[in-house]
Amino acid sequence: MNEANESSLEARLKESLDRYWRSNLRVMAALLCLWAFVGLGCGILFADWLNQFKLPFTGFPLGFWFAQQGSIVVFVICILIYCLAMNRLDAKHHQERIDIERGEA
Amino acid sequence: MSTQAWTFTFVGFTFALYLTIAWLARVRDTRGFYVAGRGVPAMANGMATASDWMSASSFISMAGLISVMGYAGGVYLMGWTGGYVLLALLLAPYLRKFGHYTVPDFVGDRFNSDTARVVSVMCALFICFVYVSGQMRGVGVVFSRFLEVDINVGVMIGMAIVFVYATLGGMKSITWTQVAQYWVLITAFLIVAIAIAIKLTGIPVPSLAMGSTLEPEYASGQQAVYLLDRLNQIHADLGFSSYTEPFTGSWDKVNVFMVTLAMMCGTAGLPHVIVRFYTVKTVQAARWSAMWALFFIAILYVTAPATAAFARFFMIESLNGATEQTLPGWYDSWEQTGLILWLDNGDGVVLHSNRDDNEIFRNGSLNPAELTDIRVSHQQWLDSDGANGDDGRETLRELGLSAPDNDIILLATPEMAELASWIIALVAAGGLAAALSTASGLLLVISSGVAHDLFYRVYKPDAPDSQRLLVGRTVIAIAVVIAGVIGIFPPGFVSEVVAFAFGLAASSLFPVLLMGIFSKRVGTVPAICGMIVGITFTASYIIAWRYFGMAPWTFGFLEQGINPQGIGVIGMLLNFGVTIALTPLFPGPSKEAQAMIDSVREPEGFGPAARIEQSVDH
Repeated sequence: MNEANESSLEARLKESLDRYWRSNLRVMAALLCLWAFVGLGCGILFADWLNQFKLPFTGFPLGFWFAQQGSIVVFVICILIYCLAMNRLDAKHHQERIDIERGEA
Repeated sequence: MSTQAWTFTFVGFTFALYLTIAWLARVRDTRGFYVAGRGVPAMANGMATASDWMSASSFISMAGLISVMGYAGGVYLMGWTGGYVLLALLLAPYLRKFGHYTVPDFVGDRFNSDTARVVSVMCALFICFVYVSGQMRGVGVVFSRFLEVDINVGVMIGMAIVFVYATLGGMKSITWTQVAQYWVLITAFLIVAIAIAIKLTGIPVPSLAMGSTLEPEYASGQQAVYLLDRLNQIHADLGFSSYTEPFTGSWDKVNVFMVTLAMMCGTAGLPHVIVRFYTVKTVQAARWSAMWALFFIAILYVTAPATAAFARFFMIESLNGATEQTLPGWYDSWEQTGLILWLDNGDGVVLHSNRDDNEIFRNGSLNPAELTDIRVSHQQWLDSDGANGDDGRETLRELGLSAPDNDIILLATPEMAELASWIIALVAAGGLAAALSTASGLLLVISSGVAHDLFYRVYKPDAPDSQRLLVGRTVIAIAVVIAGVIGIFPPGFVSEVVAFAFGLAASSLFPVLLMGIFSKRVGTVPAICGMIVGITFTASYIIAWRYFGMAPWTFGFLEQGINPQGIGVIGMLLNFGVTIALTPLFPGPSKEAQAMIDSVREPEGFGPAARIEQSVDH
């Protein structure tokens, strides 16, 4: 393997890693938005407005429900989505990495 | 069997269980001692994290706090769960990838400085000692209430138990006892909640029952009235602020927001929670264990607000209108502890309200003699139609002792729901499990901070493993004793103390970890300055408010001052601000530190960092 090849291999690997990191940041940012919207938004900032509605079929005023139960449920789902998304991202990157190394070999 | 006999049986049985597990999981090297040999499965780690997390205050005080705070109780519910999202997304996977033993390990290596290491050790120790004193106190409180043992003797018994299993097996014993403790505490909490849910609404799932209609016998003649609507109605009648309406009293929007955010960021910065993610095998397992941890925590946290609402309803309904003869049984048993008191206005009928005619109080920190004086003087006042003596209700109101103690909500609920005496005993065992599991997790962080970060990494890097293990065990032993002493002479009541630890963590460790992972530019000096400014500011505000009577700051435009529990947010912003402002003035991280950041960000399975398992320790 000559030097040029090696440096291009390295560059492509770095590129792949950068892509992985950017996707990671996107997943993170999206989920943090959800976290902030539900927890800080529905649970606090809009709670007084949401309280005029009721959670369907129950006696919970909506803002109150978000503050005491809804946000907690969404938080669990948030992390669940993160685990699944990151596992997929890891697998995708792994495959990419194998392809790059094979292509150059 | 009496309640007390049952309690002794359960507490004895669970203690024996914890000690057996500790013996089976004892360790011989530092890897086992600090990170349980990194062999803990994700789900077990999640469970251990959950019980590590749910402290005496989650178990004993939180339901009571929510039941007097109503909507605003959400600051604890959201704050203490929402932090896990930050932890799972921003910290846990990266710190596991880094793969050493402690939080200061990361700070020290990332900023390539022993000063940074020492400063973060100091922050971690300060936070942990604040937090652990609340736990030891919680152990004492459970012993004194259920077993009528003196509170200080209770603290000492708790110390002895933690002493044995923490020194014997370090993180490994602690992890597996925490798994057992999770089951004890969740069973105790759920049984009580389910029983009272069925009694009030006929629905066996507490979190759903809270939003449904009352059984006819409790609806006072109304058709299909929702529990929460009825509760609001009762509150309005008695002058309490609405249970479900947000932003009443001192809990305005700004304070609810600030305190919630401080709890969330604090959760993500608490060293005893972060180190739990070092104990799993892989980064993937670290992510999953964060999910499991929050799942197991959520089981208790969606139930707690239900317990709070049920107990609130039950308490007001069964007290108001009762007479000496018809007072409920739980009143008599808890009156002895001073958690609840009744000073009548002369008509012989109990009235618990939020007005001047309220007759229900607590003893707070009054000693029995002072209380007797108040009672005698009150009786004189009644007998003489106000000519002699003092109105005890006024005296107690002025002392800020209106309404029963918050802790009574959880402690008395089993009796309110007329549950069998063995269930009450189970609650005692649950409370102890919650306090012990958190205390042991914190003590391990204290021990690793001193023995690993200070002794080994800074003072004597060539120490052999056996010596490091010995130092680790010695420090944990000393820490148990110190924690016990703080528990005997506590700086405040349990949940208040614990709530402050979050502000401290949010303003010191959380920002430095975050910037360490997500910025390649932030260097040593800015990070150290940020930590020092953040924690000093937060601690000063809390101390000035608590001990020097400083009025909470309003910044000239807020109607309510900033609650000291929420000041951590400002401390955190200061930390970020100082670090970011100083960064351009100082050199960035060294080549090694940059390589380390890269390796932490890389997915697992590539590069040298992936083989942490086989690598030598440091």
